[in-house]
Amino acid sequence: MKLRFFLPAAAVAVLCASLWYGLNAIRGGQYDPQLIESPLIGRAAPDFIAENLLEPAQQVARSQFLGKPFVLNVWGTWCVGCREEHGALLAIAKETDVPIVGISWKDDRQLARDWLAQLGNPYHVVGVDPEGKIAINWGVYGAPESFLVGADGRVLHKRIGPMTLDIWHQDFVPLLKKTGSSPQ
Amino acid sequence: MTVIRPLATLMLGILLAVAAHAVDTEVPLADPVQQERYETLIHELRCLQCRSQSLADSEVDLAGELRSEVRRLVAEGKSEAQVKAFLTARYGDYILFRPPLNERTWLLWLAPALLLLGGLLIAWRVVRHRTGLVSGDPEEFDAGDREP
Amino acid sequence: MTAELGQIALILALCLALGQAVFGLIGAGFGWGNWMAAVRPATLGQAGFVILAFLLLVSAFVGNDFSVQYVALNSNSELPTFYRVAAVWGAHEGSMLLWVLILALWSAAVALLSRSLPETFSSRVLGVLGIISSGILLFILLTSNPFLRAVPAPFDGNDLNPLLQDFALTIHPPILYTGYVGFAVAFAFACAAMIEGKLDQTWARWTRPWTTVAWLFLTIGITLGSWWAYYELGWGGWWMWDPVENASFMPWLAGTALIHSLAVTEKRGLFRNWTLLLALFTFSLSLLGTFLVRSGIIVSVHAFASDPLRGIFILGLLAVFILGALTLYAWRAGQLRSDAGFEWWSRECFLLLNNVLLVIAAVLILLGTLYPLMLALMKLGTISVGPPYFQLVFLIPVLPLIALLIIGMHSAWKRARIAPLRQRVVTCLIVGALGAIALSFVYTGRVRAMVLIGLLLAIATMASAAWVPFDYRQRRVPMPRGALGMAIAHFGVGLFAVGAAVASAYQIERDVSLAPGQSANVAGYEFRYVTMRSVEGPNYHAREADVVITDAQGGLVTTLHPQKRTYLVQQQPMTEAGIDVSWKRDLFVALGEDLGNGAWSMRLQYKPLIRYLWLGSLLMAFGGLMATTDRRYRTELAQARAETTVPVRP
Repeated sequence: MKLRFFLPAAAVAVLCASLWYGLNAIRGGQYDPQLIESPLIGRAAPDFIAENLLEPAQQVARSQFLGKPFVLNVWGTWCVGCREEHGALLAIAKETDVPIVGISWKDDRQLARDWLAQLGNPYHVVGVDPEGKIAINWGVYGAPESFLVGADGRVLHKRIGPMTLDIWHQDFVPLLKKTGSSPQ
Repeated sequence: MTVIRPLATLMLGILLAVAAHAVDTEVPLADPVQQERYETLIHELRCLQCRSQSLADSEVDLAGELRSEVRRLVAEGKSEAQVKAFLTARYGDYILFRPPLNERTWLLWLAPALLLLGGLLIAWRVVRHRTGLVSGDPEEFDAGDREP
Repeated sequence: MTAELGQIALILALCLALGQAVFGLIGAGFGWGNWMAAVRPATLGQAGFVILAFLLLVSAFVGNDFSVQYVALNSNSELPTFYRVAAVWGAHEGSMLLWVLILALWSAAVALLSRSLPETFSSRVLGVLGIISSGILLFILLTSNPFLRAVPAPFDGNDLNPLLQDFALTIHPPILYTGYVGFAVAFAFACAAMIEGKLDQTWARWTRPWTTVAWLFLTIGITLGSWWAYYELGWGGWWMWDPVENASFMPWLAGTALIHSLAVTEKRGLFRNWTLLLALFTFSLSLLGTFLVRSGIIVSVHAFASDPLRGIFILGLLAVFILGALTLYAWRAGQLRSDAGFEWWSRECFLLLNNVLLVIAAVLILLGTLYPLMLALMKLGTISVGPPYFQLVFLIPVLPLIALLIIGMHSAWKRARIAPLRQRVVTCLIVGALGAIALSFVYTGRVRAMVLIGLLLAIATMASAAWVPFDYRQRRVPMPRGALGMAIAHFGVGLFAVGAAVASAYQIERDVSLAPGQSANVAGYEFRYVTMRSVEGPNYHAREADVVITDAQGGLVTTLHPQKRTYLVQQQPMTEAGIDVSWKRDLFVALGEDLGNGAWSMRLQYKPLIRYLWLGSLLMAFGGLMATTDRRYRTELAQARAETTVPVRP
C-alpha cells in the first residue's frame, strides 16, 4: 500500500478535525460565527460629540471622559434587546462608579426621554445620534452594543447583544482591574 | 433537546425588514467618475445585517446609512481604496466582499494559481505515462471512434 | 397517535436498515446465500417504513395537528393545503426525514433494478446504503425527531416562512435531494467494488446511469433554486455564492467530473482510481453540504436552525462514512491500475483535463467557503468571502475548460486525431467570434475583453455541440442516444454561459422613486407607475402597483403588478416582483418602500437573455436524461458485449 494513497483520507481527517474543533468552540461559547469582530479593540476609542438627550443645550463628548474608564452603550427604544438589557444596566450602574454613556441611536428624542423616565435611567449621560454617524464610527451594526473603554482611552472590549450582570462580571470587570482601574 | 427559534426565520426577517431607505434613490453624483466609483463600492461592500447581500441590494436601515457614508466620502474625493480603508477601520475586513490580500489571506488568493499549476502538472505526468503505454496496435480501436 | 406511530415507523426502519447493512455486507463477505437473499426485502421494508413515517408527518401537517411541535413551529391553519405539505420539509427535522426518505427510495430502486448484477455485488451495494440509512435514521431519532409533542399544544401554529410559500421553492428540496442524496448510490457502488477488489468496465457501465440520473436531478434542483431566487427575492440576482448554495454546487461540479470519468472507465477501463475517488468525493461533498447547512458553523440566510450538538453528530457520521471509504481506497488503489494507454489530445486526455479543472473549481469554492471559518478559529480575525472572489476564481479553471470542450467533443478515443478537426474547430471559433461581436453591438454597455472571450467560447461550444449530430450524419453512422445526449448537454453548457455572460455584463438596474403618474426610462423602455391598490390573499394582505411599460416606439409592452405583501402571522413584509418575460430580455420591477403620498421607491431592471441560463441548465439535465436511456443500459445483450475486463495487476 503506497503511502500516497492515504493522502485523501489524511486531508479529510484534517478537515473533520478542524470542523470538530470549531463546533466545540461554538458549544463552549468561545466562538460565535454570527459575531463580527471589532477592529477597534486595542485601539483608541473614536471621538464623538452629540447633543445631550436630557439637556439639549449641553453636549456629550468623548473629551469629557479622558483619563477615566467608561462604558458606551448604543441603544434605541425600538430595539427589543435593549429593553431586555435595561434592568441589567440599572443594576450595573448601581454597582459601579464607571459611567455608562448612552448613545440614543436613530431614535425619536421624546420617545427616548419617556422610556428613561418610565424605566429608569442607568446612564451618566445620553448623547443623541439621529443619523447613526456616531454608531458608524464605532462600528455598530446592530443594537444593543456596549463598549468598554479603559482609562488610557483604548477600547478594551465590545459586547454585541444585551448586557447582563454576568457578562459585566466575567468580561468587563477583569479587564478594568487588569488596566489598573477600579470598577467600584 | 432545546428548541431553538429557527435562525433562518430570524435572518429572513431581518432580510426583509422594511426600512426607511429601502432602495437607493439618491440623485446621482455630479461627477460620472465618482458616481461609478460609488456604484462599484456599494456592490463590493457587504450589508452587515443581511449578510448575503451587498450594500446596493440590501433594504435595511444600516445599509442605507452606510451607502450615505460611502456617498459622502466619494463626493469628498476619496478613492476606492480610501473608502474601503475608512470602513474596514470601523467594521473590519468582514465588510469587504472581496477579501483583502494580506499575510492572512495569501493562501486564498494564491490558491487558484497553485491548484492550476499542480493539477496541470499531475495531468502532464499521467498523460506522459500513458503515452508510453500505447500499444503498437492501431486497429484496436476504430479510426474515428468517438462514441461517448 | 400519528406522531407516536411515526416514531415507531422510524425505529422499525432503523432496525431494517441495520439488517440491510448486516445481511448485505456480512452475507456477501462469507458468501451466505440466505443472508444475501434477505437484503432486498430488508431494503424494501426499510423504505416502506420510512415512507409510512413521512406520510404520517404529512398527515399531521395537513390535519393541522399542532400538538406535534414541529407542525406548530412550521404551519398554520390559514396556510393553503399545498403549502402545508411543503411545510413538512420547511425546517431541519422534516427536511432530514425527506433526506432519509429519498435515500430509502433510491435504495429501493437499486434493490428492484439490480437483479442482473451478481448477488454478492448487489448485496454489498445495498449493505453500504444500509449503513448510511442507519446513520441518518439514528441521527433523526436521537437529535432531530419531527414527531416530538408540544405540551401543551398551541392553539395555532407559527406559520410557514412566507419565503417558502412558493411553488418553485416547494419542489426545490425534493428535487435537490434526489440529486445529491442520489450520489450515495455511486458511493455505494464504489465501496462495493473496493471491498471486492474488482473494478472493471462492467462496473462502470452499471454505475453510470444511476450517477447520471442523480446528476441531472441535482442540475434541475440547483436551476430551480436560482430561478426562484431571481423572481422571489426582489433584487434580480440569480446566484449569490452563498455558503449553502455552494454546498449544493460543489457536489454538482464533482458529480460532473464523475460522470465524465465513468465514461472513460466504461469505454477503456482507465481512470479507475480517479473514478473511485470522484465517487467518494462527490457524496462526501453532499454530506459536507448537509453538515454545513445544519451545524451553525457558517452564517447564511439559507441555513437551518443551528445546533452545534447536531452538527457534531453529522460530523461524526461524515467522518465515519468518508474516512471508512477512503481507507478502503488506500487499501485497494494500488491494485486497480490498468495498463491501457492513450495519446496526447486523445479523448482520454481531454477528459483527464476536464476532471482536473472541475475538481480545481470545486476545491476553490470549498476553500472560499471555509476560509473565513478557518481564520476565525485560528483567531486571525474575521474576513468574508463574497461573490467578487468566487466569480473571479471560478472562471480561472472554467474558461479553459470550455475552450477545451470545443475540441474535446470531437476527439477520438486513444489516438490523437485532432489535425482533421482543425477546420471544424476554427469554424466554431469564427462562429463564436461573430456571435460575440454581434451580441456586443446589440447590447449597449462597455465592451469588456473578458465578456467577449466568454461569449466567443460559449457560442463556439454551442456550434461545436451542434456539429456532433451533423458529423454522424456525414459519416452515415447512426447516432446513439449517448452521443445525442452529450451534444444536447454541452449545447446547454454553451447556452447557459451565453445567458449568464450577457445578463451579468449588459444588465441595467435603476433605483427610482416615483409618484403616481411618473415614469422612468431603462434601456429604452419607459416604466410608468400608474396607481397603487390594496389586495387580499389567503394569508396575507398586499399593496399592489400597476406599472405600465412601453417600448421605445411608444407601443405597449405590458402592465406589471409588483406587490409588497405582509403575511398575517409572521408579519414579515415581502416583495413579489413584477416580471415581463421574453426570450430577448426580462423587464423586472420590485417595490421598495412607501414614501408617502402614494409615492414609492422601486427597483427597475433590464436583464437581457437571462432566460437562457436556466434553459441551458435544463438542456444539460435533458442531455443527461437522453444519455441514460442509451440502449446499452437497457438490454441484457449489452452485458455480453462489454465483458472486456482489464486484468487487475496482482
